[in-house]
Amino acid sequence: MATEILMPALSPTMEEGTLAKWLVKEGDTVSSGDILAEIETDKATMEFEAVDEGIMGKIVVAEGTEGVKVNDVIAVLLEEGESMDDAKVDDSKAQAPVPADKEQSSETAPAAAKSHPEPKQADASPDWPEGTEMKSTTVREALRDAMAEEMRRDDKVLLMGEEVAEYQGAYKISQGLLDEFGAKRIIDTPITEHGFAGIAVGAAFGGLRPIVEFMTFNFAMQAMDQIINSAAKTLYMSGGQMGAPMVFRGPNGAAARVGAQHSQDYAAWFMQVPGLKVVMPYSAADAKGLMKSAIRDPNPVIFLENEILYGRSFDVPVLDDFTIPFGKAKIERAGDAVTIVSFGIGMTYALQAAEKLAEDGIEAEVINLRTLRPMDTATIIESVKKTNRCVTVEEGWPQGSVGSYISSVIMQEAFDYLDAPVINCTGKDVPMPYAANLEKLALTTTAEVIEAVKKVTYS
Amino acid sequence: MPPKKQEANPQDHRANVSAEELLGHYREMLMIRRFEEKAGQLYGMGLIGGFCHLYIGQEAVVVGLEAAAAEGDKRVTSYRDHGHMLACGMDPKGVMAELTGREGGYSKGKGGSMHMFSKEKHFYGGHGIVAAQVPLGAGLAFADKYLGNDRVTFAYFGDGAANQGQVYETYNMAELWDLPVIFVIENNQYAMGTSVKRSTKSPSLWERGAAYGIPGEEVDGMDVLAVKAAGEKAVAHCRAGKGPYILEVKTYRYRGHSMSDPAKYRTREEVQKMRDERDPIEQVRELLLTGKHASEDDLKAIDKEIKGIVNEAAEFSKDSPEPGVDELWTDIYATEVPQEA
Repeated sequence: MATEILMPALSPTMEEGTLAKWLVKEGDTVSSGDILAEIETDKATMEFEAVDEGIMGKIVVAEGTEGVKVNDVIAVLLEEGESMDDAKVDDSKAQAPVPADKEQSSETAPAAAKSHPEPKQADASPDWPEGTEMKSTTVREALRDAMAEEMRRDDKVLLMGEEVAEYQGAYKISQGLLDEFGAKRIIDTPITEHGFAGIAVGAAFGGLRPIVEFMTFNFAMQAMDQIINSAAKTLYMSGGQMGAPMVFRGPNGAAARVGAQHSQDYAAWFMQVPGLKVVMPYSAADAKGLMKSAIRDPNPVIFLENEILYGRSFDVPVLDDFTIPFGKAKIERAGDAVTIVSFGIGMTYALQAAEKLAEDGIEAEVINLRTLRPMDTATIIESVKKTNRCVTVEEGWPQGSVGSYISSVIMQEAFDYLDAPVINCTGKDVPMPYAANLEKLALTTTAEVIEAVKKVTYS
Repeated sequence: MPPKKQEANPQDHRANVSAEELLGHYREMLMIRRFEEKAGQLYGMGLIGGFCHLYIGQEAVVVGLEAAAAEGDKRVTSYRDHGHMLACGMDPKGVMAELTGREGGYSKGKGGSMHMFSKEKHFYGGHGIVAAQVPLGAGLAFADKYLGNDRVTFAYFGDGAANQGQVYETYNMAELWDLPVIFVIENNQYAMGTSVKRSTKSPSLWERGAAYGIPGEEVDGMDVLAVKAAGEKAVAHCRAGKGPYILEVKTYRYRGHSMSDPAKYRTREEVQKMRDERDPIEQVRELLLTGKHASEDDLKAIDKEIKGIVNEAAEFSKDSPEPGVDELWTDIYATEVPQEA
């Protein structure tokens, strides 16, 4: 049976091309791999090879023809002993497949659906039962305790990073872990973020539950490809067959006087990526409960800590197995005049501002988001419907900030409730300066939060 | 001092195989070639979109190494991955349907040519970022060592990837931690359109392992038996707990880097010479016929059988429906750990 030779698509974007030159003529014997023609695509002139063997029966499209559509018949190949007269062509191939996007244009993809439904109703239940014994703990101790508890619980959990073992942690988060769990599970790496992040992702594919410590998240930029392309996307790309259950953790954002390359807040960057979960705790209780949830989560979790908060003490419930679910914000302070939304170290400014504002009779409701992805927008919206005003607080840069996302959600879901535009208090739009006075100016401050609240409350 | 390549009679480098095994290798290599030719055809018809990187010419590499692997061993590679998937036993139908972006594909149509996986066959992708699979492969080996089994991981990458920094970060840790990983450099001599000579002054890529203390060797990648023999040696090294091993497999790709390759960086004659003189499938065919292990008719029958399988895969890949629109929103987050323990 004769075979039709169709105008081939020779690049991802090619729809038509020029049949520049035929390198065979009618009557020639053709075998697989022979060059039949030169075709000019939108990118280059390409050689077009034969796939089938036979005799060139008819050249349908003459050389020099421009605008030949992909899948148009350009020639007919005959089997030995066959002539054009008795050539019965299987024309089923000649029908160009309908591009999927056109075929489905009438179907509407469920664009509003979310892969991980954010809570539709705010959940204001307490994190621990009333009357639970509390113990003052630093954020540093809380993180270590959470990791130790989870490592006792699951022997596939391990900690890997620079100086996590013998040095006992560059910021002492892993203090004592080497002694308890040994060098097999508390692993010092060379200074090679891209490499060890990739090895950890591979280990997660292979059945382990790695915790990767970045000495600071600034260095995670070296490993960004493995975090995003390998860890976050594999579950989707594999159709659900495999993924990376692991935690990437370390201090994030500005510490003090370490300059531009060591002082960036990556909350908004990571928050954008489907496939990642993003946590940014404020208190020691947050740190402990959320770290335990992060280690158990079957997805890659970005856990953004803060060096300045490490040494602060907070009450942590004395419970055998204390966890905090992702996607559940905490109302740290109730109020009805304005909603202040923050997370991580931003909570320090938010709470200080609320205290000062209360002295002036302005009762702010302060929401601690705790997880940025999934984000508990329901709690924000419910609060805004009550206060009709909102100020967001973070140390990251303003353009594409967490606050700007929150503002857009409020605009879409509570537009009619707003009595003032939402104000985002953020870090300034500059690389972090070293000089003490300039550094102070580059970060957001309690005074700025107070000023923003006064603006939205018209007071 | 760099580790010495063993110099010996070339015959010693070739695995001793039975006629049955040799026929098996012939069959597997031919399957990859016919599959890839069909994929090229479907691409030309617009049924396969985006980037599509064919493995034609390199068949002996995966077939030889898979012959050296045991059940449970893992493999991970780049985006030129169709051959690896077929060689480790993945279903041609599922692979082709992934190429056409259909529901019946290994990733339900969501991964495409460059991103395909099979948990069942221990195939960990299919990775689109050059060299990203190298630390991932070492990580798989890390998991096996941690879990205390004797599995080995094959981490395949090309001569182009061999210039990426993360390869050397990985070499360093793999040797430091004695990871059971075989780094397979498929040196097909061209990183897209840049020849090895134009990208490095290193005379050989495997010798770079010496800087980290990793042994290795160069292998004739057009000779499936030579590849198999080298693979067995590397596997034995890793399984014995001696750490990683590097195989630089010299091979050649007949087709372009991807489907949209204008082929201006090498001559037609160079490609033709390789096809005529070094073709891995022809070499085995020759061995089978001259050794009277198979007749022309036997080989024709294999040819026909494979054509049937490939055509069936192509039909399946056209008939399988596109994924449902709901699939847009699935598999973004897991609710439980999806991999084997």
